[in-house]
Amino acid sequence: MSMNEPPAGAPGLFGAWFAALRAWSGLRFVQLQPAAEAMKGFLLKPLLIPRDRVLAPVLPAKSRSGAALMLVIAIMTFLAGLTAGAVHLVADASRDWSRAIAREMTIQVRPAPGRNLEADVASAADLARRQRVIEEVRVMDRREGEKLLEPWLGTGLDLGDLPVPRLIVLRLANGPAPDLAGLRKALAERVPNAILDDHKLWLSRLKAMADTLVGIGLLILTLVLVATALAVAFATRGAMAGTAQIIDVLYLVGAEDSYIARQFQGHFLRLGLKGGAAGALAASAFFLLAGLIFGRGARGTALEQVEALFGRFTLPFWGYLSVLVIGVLVAVVTGVVSRVTVYRTLRGMEQAQ
Amino acid sequence: MANFAERDEGNLPLWPELAEPDLVRFENVGLRYGIGPEILRDIDFSIPAQSFQFLTGPSGSGKTTLMKLVMQTLKPTRGRVTLFGENVSQHSQAELARLRRKIGIVFQDFRLLDHLTTYENVALPLLVQGREEASYRAEVIELLRWVGLGDRMHVPPVILSGGEKQRAAIARALIGQPALLLADEPTGNVDPGLARRLLRLFIELNKSGTAVVIATHDLALMDMIDARRLVLAEGQLHVYE
Repeated sequence: MSMNEPPAGAPGLFGAWFAALRAWSGLRFVQLQPAAEAMKGFLLKPLLIPRDRVLAPVLPAKSRSGAALMLVIAIMTFLAGLTAGAVHLVADASRDWSRAIAREMTIQVRPAPGRNLEADVASAADLARRQRVIEEVRVMDRREGEKLLEPWLGTGLDLGDLPVPRLIVLRLANGPAPDLAGLRKALAERVPNAILDDHKLWLSRLKAMADTLVGIGLLILTLVLVATALAVAFATRGAMAGTAQIIDVLYLVGAEDSYIARQFQGHFLRLGLKGGAAGALAASAFFLLAGLIFGRGARGTALEQVEALFGRFTLPFWGYLSVLVIGVLVAVVTGVVSRVTVYRTLRGMEQAQ
Repeated sequence: MANFAERDEGNLPLWPELAEPDLVRFENVGLRYGIGPEILRDIDFSIPAQSFQFLTGPSGSGKTTLMKLVMQTLKPTRGRVTLFGENVSQHSQAELARLRRKIGIVFQDFRLLDHLTTYENVALPLLVQGREEASYRAEVIELLRWVGLGDRMHVPPVILSGGEKQRAAIARALIGQPALLLADEPTGNVDPGLARRLLRLFIELNKSGTAVVIATHDLALMDMIDARRLVLAEGQLHVYE
């Protein structure tokens, strides 16, 4: 056999490629000679075998079931990554909405018999302006108020005869919370037909929605991890059944349970790392692509709705980091579950003897 | 009982039984599967150090099962098994693995791992012990040359002929320098000429101090040398000196 030489007759380009590959991979090529009479007439294909110092894994590195499991792990990681990213987007959007709403309050002045609405609006606005933490007081005129009703009542109606309340929008400055109780008391004394709305109800609903979405996301992540663990457990048992003769030989040459478990753990950890990396990369690519599409301006009603819900649809750094962590977590779960399954199966075999 | 080790009679210990305890001792051992009848019963025998013996009996008499009991990959349902002076009935898997490393075993169907090279197959017992390859590489190559596979060490077993596979399997059994070599029908898949050569190889090993037990029903092979015979018949073991 000729080692560390390109096959005879290799063209120059191939020879250079061969030398580069050999230098990069630390592997050597071995051209096997025809081995037996039965093989006469056939030149065995050049086999790539590891350098002597790098022994082959005790378990066969490649199998169809291994490839299928890697695909399952990749899909699971992709779904888990999408879930984690979506949770980040919703949580961020919810936080933005909360901030925006929390910095605003509204005074609603309703028409009342025997009272001058315009004077009441002016009084209420005056009371609001006396609050130090309110940096802007904007009185919405009657036409603006009527426009807010258009989505419910339609356009082209004469709302002049309807007692449409007037709104005053208060924008809060950053800093200490306003004295809402004092403002409410003053309004009740001077403008009894005015109501101060601090949007607490909306905030609590938003928080509840965001918490629910995060909870659902975590539940999906847990289910994905459990499903992955179950798939790995079944695959490990299948692999053990398929390599029963190898396990038998390992026992007979003096291997301990821990050695055999390490072999399976290493085998499945490699599959988990590959599948997890593929799934995490795919999920990251999805969010990058979505960010690019929405970043260039959403087109179409559906895209606009998504943008309205998720904002710019741009996953923050922590979002990508969590997708990466999920990939690693899936790989770790794969390794640990395979190890535990091997131990339990070996114990079962031992008790069955 | 034949002993092929070249010993200096003057150096023999006064109490050999005490100086060299039996490698294997079975006392009143029985084995049954589930609630079925006992397939092996009242097995009493021992394998002294440096001894050479045949284990024989008709097909299906339990020769391989008895070897599995020796290797403790099967547990007896009754009786006591002592390996290297240790009662193994309560031994953990790790303790059994430690004892198995003192035993080499060769199978009729070789049981080489097809995805490994011949070199890696032979090195397997040392690999599972966690030894660094650098510490045993020269030993493995030397042993492979000794069994005539020096030029076949980097090919997978599927490339090897039957005789080469058997020699690789023997090399794997010997690489750990076992005190006891068990060979289960080692000549079952080879021609008579190779069978004789393999027997000579086992005799050489025995001369170097390894106890050898060959399971076979090849009468011609057993007639070639005068050795103790353990005969299994109808679940019982009969010893013929």
